[in-house]
Amino acid sequence: MPPDASSPVGTINIVAVGEKPLIQPIDMDGFREHNRAKPKGLVDKLMSEHDAIAKYLHDGDYLGIELYGTCRCPVSLTREIVRQGIKDLRLAGQGVHEADILLGAGVIKELDFTYIGMEVYGVSPIVRRAIESGQVTNVVEWSNAALTWRFKAAAMGVPFLPTRVMLGTDTLKYSSAKVIECPFTGEKVALLPALILDTGIIHVHRADKYGNCQIDGISGFAVEMARASKNLIISAEEIVDTEVIRAAPDRTLIPYYLVDAVVHAPMGSHPGEMGGMYERDEAEYRSFIKSAATPETTAEFLDRTIHNVPNHQAYLELFGAEHLESLKIGS
Amino acid sequence: MSEPRYNPSELLICLASRLMEDDSTAFIGTGIPMLAASLAQRMHAPNLVPIFEFGGTGAILEKLPLAVGDMRTYNKALHASGICDIMEASQRGFVEWGFLGGAQIDCYGNLNSTVIGPQAHPKVRLPGSGGANDVGSACWRTIAIMRHGKRRFVPRCDFITTPGFLTGPGAREDAGLPRGTGPYRVISNLALMGFDDETKRMMLLALNPGVTVEQVLEETGFDLIVPAEIGRNEAPTDEELRLLRDEIDPDKLYI
Repeated sequence: MPPDASSPVGTINIVAVGEKPLIQPIDMDGFREHNRAKPKGLVDKLMSEHDAIAKYLHDGDYLGIELYGTCRCPVSLTREIVRQGIKDLRLAGQGVHEADILLGAGVIKELDFTYIGMEVYGVSPIVRRAIESGQVTNVVEWSNAALTWRFKAAAMGVPFLPTRVMLGTDTLKYSSAKVIECPFTGEKVALLPALILDTGIIHVHRADKYGNCQIDGISGFAVEMARASKNLIISAEEIVDTEVIRAAPDRTLIPYYLVDAVVHAPMGSHPGEMGGMYERDEAEYRSFIKSAATPETTAEFLDRTIHNVPNHQAYLELFGAEHLESLKIGS
Repeated sequence: MSEPRYNPSELLICLASRLMEDDSTAFIGTGIPMLAASLAQRMHAPNLVPIFEFGGTGAILEKLPLAVGDMRTYNKALHASGICDIMEASQRGFVEWGFLGGAQIDCYGNLNSTVIGPQAHPKVRLPGSGGANDVGSACWRTIAIMRHGKRRFVPRCDFITTPGFLTGPGAREDAGLPRGTGPYRVISNLALMGFDDETKRMMLLALNPGVTVEQVLEETGFDLIVPAEIGRNEAPTDEELRLLRDEIDPDKLYI
């Protein structure tokens, strides 16, 4: 029954709670203070992938990555995280290839998990090994909408959002959500806690040196995650003059003041695709899937693509200009 | 006995495709639903509106997407937005159909795609909910696509990732899920199933070509309701098979 509008001040009835503690505590005022201290002037933020990761990601941090491994994903930055040996990370796990790379390298300790797999190619053996062995010490379950709405809550600057998903399921039971009776309608709603990232990394089609970003096609959860990140590293296919941004300001999905570092990364989503620019490198992705089968072959893959190459430019040279050119749309 | 004209995947795709209605919205996930939607657009539902969770609405599925976020999910689409826009539209009641799959399904249509064994110490860690829980929570009618077998059609899921009718009549509403939503059909390589209005338990509706009731019961790990009248699903037609093989999946990624 809906509560009486004149009902007295009292306690909201919590009818169910997820049993997992939050792996990233919510500090809304800390987030505000952090955001206040960010520069609001136009500051040149162009830097190397090495400097961006070294400066803005540390052992034990909570990391988020958008979109996901085979679609517009900052895979070059992901490789740099592994190259630098940053460890004990906590990760918002909506992922495919990038999550496999991090889990395969053993640098993830805790996971807020919604989907990590290989889509068409099924269950990831790397995810299975990392979780079934206990290498990842804690896995907290969410749905895709839930994880994104947790970013949205942080983006709104509020500690939680009421929603109508996850209700009645084990997905909720093994999450950190809470179910209450709505004080307006009496209906049960799932409260999703805000998720504020220590560091977010996002790959975009183009950005200027200040961090104003444009994305072509679908925007995934870039808008929300950018606004939920204390530190935000952008990699971009193309660095453009600010005049390009000013000519179409409605296209700026991520404005400069959210951004801490801008890295120029042509083909930064390889072996994934970049909408409208290049296709997924199916041969290379399949070679990864093959090597995912055992820890030894995964380690060899990480050596070949990360540890034995100093940076993204050297990584691209592994494949040769002609091959990379063949992936481009219209080639 | 002659060689069958089609394989089990092709049959599942055709059965799913025939359920898709023209001028309706359908949440499409990776795999069989993508092929089924593409087939439906070419057969009887040119104005089917495929909805992909990362932001594609109303794409024309000329090329098979490899992922729910790839550029084919917004090929010649009507709208390219993001996951919040899509999931919020679904939460507001705009999405009619949702297609689901999983490692396990129970008699109430609850689905498991998270874990076999205990969550903290899994025997097999599966890819997780992804958008499945959202689809099962908020779409009006959901259709599960499953391979039949006792290890998949189980008395009890190890983990309920996505809500079906939960514990039976009234349970979805009690949990706070939107009124009037829930499982509608289950398509398997053996049969088409629905749910009994009164008990919300799974019920046999129609058998696939060459399949008997006994076979279905033998492969089902719970008591399936068998009504007096059971239909018979038509085999894939020549035209459906031609479209699937020549136009939709010529690289044989799925079929």
